Amino acid sequence: MEIIIYGIVNSVTLALMALGFTLVYGVSRLPNFAHGALYVVTGYFTWLLMNRVGMPYIVSMVLALVLTGIIGAAIYQLVLIRIRGMPISEIIASYAIGLAILEGLRWGGLKGGTFTLPPFVEGATMLLGVSVDYQRLIVVGLGAALLAVLWLFVNGTRLGLALKGMAQDERAAMTLGIDSDRMAVAAMALGSVLAGAAALVLFPLGSIVVEAGYHVLIMAVAVCIVGGLGSWNGAILAAFLIGFAQILTVKYLGTHFQVVVALLAIIITLIVRPSGLFGRQKELEERV
Amino acid sequence: MSAEHRDRRKERLDRGIKVRTDGVYAISSWKEITYLLAPRVLLIGGLLLAPLILSPFPYWQRVISIIAIYALLAIGFDFLANFVGLVSLGGGFYIGVGAYIAALLNSELGLPPMWTIPAATFFGAGICTALFLPCLPLRGVYFAIVSLMYPLLAARLIEAFDLFGGTDGILGVSGFSSPWTERYLLITSVLVAAFALRRLINAADVGLVFRGVKDNDQAVRASGINITTYKALGVFIASALGCLGGACLSHIYMWAGLSQFALDFSIIPIAATVVGGGGTLIGPVLGCLILVPISEVLRDFGTLRIAVYAIILTGFIVFKSEGIMLYATRKYQQFERWVEI
Repeated sequence: MEIIIYGIVNSVTLALMALGFTLVYGVSRLPNFAHGALYVVTGYFTWLLMNRVGMPYIVSMVLALVLTGIIGAAIYQLVLIRIRGMPISEIIASYAIGLAILEGLRWGGLKGGTFTLPPFVEGATMLLGVSVDYQRLIVVGLGAALLAVLWLFVNGTRLGLALKGMAQDERAAMTLGIDSDRMAVAAMALGSVLAGAAALVLFPLGSIVVEAGYHVLIMAVAVCIVGGLGSWNGAILAAFLIGFAQILTVKYLGTHFQVVVALLAIIITLIVRPSGLFGRQKELEERV
Repeated sequence: MSAEHRDRRKERLDRGIKVRTDGVYAISSWKEITYLLAPRVLLIGGLLLAPLILSPFPYWQRVISIIAIYALLAIGFDFLANFVGLVSLGGGFYIGVGAYIAALLNSELGLPPMWTIPAATFFGAGICTALFLPCLPLRGVYFAIVSLMYPLLAARLIEAFDLFGGTDGILGVSGFSSPWTERYLLITSVLVAAFALRRLINAADVGLVFRGVKDNDQAVRASGINITTYKALGVFIASALGCLGGACLSHIYMWAGLSQFALDFSIIPIAATVVGGGGTLIGPVLGCLILVPISEVLRDFGTLRIAVYAIILTGFIVFKSEGIMLYATRKYQQFERWVEI
C-alpha cells in the first residue's frame, strides 16, 4: 500500500517536473536545458518576496510565476532565437544559461542558512493505513488539476490550438498565419511558468537548494526521453514508470540508487529505442 | 542597419603574401617564410617557454598544467564534434576514468607515473570506447544527452556501491618525480595531439573518412565503409586524450575522487572550443589559454566563475560563433574593404 501511494506521489512529482520541458520541446523542438534553473529561480523569488519584501504567500507566488515567465521569454527572445535550428548550439547555450543562473544564485543568493517555503496546509493524515502529509496530497491534486487545465488550454483556446499546430507541423502552421517565433516565445514563457508552478508545490516538501535545479533537469530529461521527446502521453506514462521504479529501488536497494535508476533509464531507452515509448520522430532521423 | 550601410558591402580579398605562401613561393624570401612560420612558432615557442618564464610563480606554473589538461579535453571535443560528428558532452567521464585507473595502478600495484600514465591512457580509452559503443549509432542531440549522463552515472554508481574508496576517493597517489616532468609532459602532449590530429585529418585517408562520416554518413556507408568502426576510432582518440589528462591530474593532486567526474571537465572544454573556434584543433587550445586563467583569477569568488564562463560561452555562441581562431586567421590572411553596390 505504501509503495502504491508513495509511487503515485513520486510519479506525479516527476510529471510536474517534466511538464514544462516537454511542452517547450514539443512546440519548438528546443531542448530547454535551463529548465532546472527556472525551477529554482521561482522558488527563490517567492522566498525573496515573502521574507524580504514582506508580501503575502499567495501574492509572492503569483508574482514569482510572472517573473519566471518573463525570464523564460527573455531567454528565448534575446538568445535562443538567434541559434534556432542548430540543435547542439541550442543545448549548449541553454545549458550555459541555466548554469549561469544556478551558479550565480549559489554565489549571490542561496547561501548561508536554509531557505524554505511553508507548506500550504500543515499536518498529515492517514490514507489507507499510510501516513501522508497534506502537502503531498496537494501535489497530486494540483498535478492532476494542472494537467487538466493544460489539456483544456491546448484543445480549447486559440493560443493553445496554435501551439498544438506548431507542434504537429511547423510549416503548415506558418501557412495558416501562425507566427512561429511568437508561438515559440509563448511556449517558452508557458514552459517556464510550468517549471515554476512545479517548484511552488514541490519546494515546501524540502528546502530551496541549487542542487534541485540539476536534479529537476535530469529528471525532466529522463521522463521526456523515456516517454519520447515531445509526446505528452509518453511523458506521463514515463513519469509513472520511473516514479514507481524509483520507489521500488529506494525500498529494496537504498536511496543512493534513486538517481541511478533515472540515468540508466535514459541510457537504455536511448540505446534500445531512441524515439522513446511514444516518440513520433522517425527512426532514421536519429540513428544510422 | 543604418541608411549609409545599405548600398555597400564588405569585400574580403586574400593578401598577396598569403597567396604566395600557399605555393612553392613560400620559400622565396625570409619575409614569406616568416609570415608562414610566425604564428606557429609563437604558439609552440610560447607554450614551451611558459613554464620557464613563470618559474618565479609556482602557482601559475600549476595553472599551466591545468590549462594543458583542459586543452587535451578540448582538442578531443573539437575533433569528435567537428570531424567525426559526435557531440560528446561527457568530458568528465574520460578524465574520471583516466584518473581512477592511474590511481588504482599506482596505489594497488605500486607502478610509477611513468607506467601508470600510458597504461591509463590506453586502457582508459579502451574502456570508454567499449562503454560508448552501444550509443554510437545515435546522432546529434541524442548522443549529446547520453554522453552528458555517463559521468553523472559513473559518479553515482561509485557512490552507491562504495567502489574504489567511495566518496573519499583514492588517497596517497604518488606525485611526479619533478614538476618539470609534469609540465613538459602535458605541454608536449597538447602540441603533439593538436598538430598530429590536424595532419591526420588533412593528409591521411582516415581523415577523409572521418569528415565523410560527419558530413554524410549514409554516403560513407554506401561506399562499403563501416561507420561505427570509424566512430569508435574517433571516440578512442578523443577519450585517450581525456584519459591522459585525467591520469596526469590524479598524479598532480596525488588523489583520485568523485570530483574528477565533475561538470567542470565537461563544460570548460566546450566553452574553450566555442570561444577559440571549432574545427581548427588549435582554437580549443587558445580558448583554454584564455578561459582557464580567468577561472583561476575568479577562484576566490567560488562558483561565480562557473557563472562567468557560462556567460562568456553564451555570448560567443550567439554573437561570435566562428570563434577567435577563425577570426584571427581571417584578419591575418585577408584584407577587407567596403565596395559600392
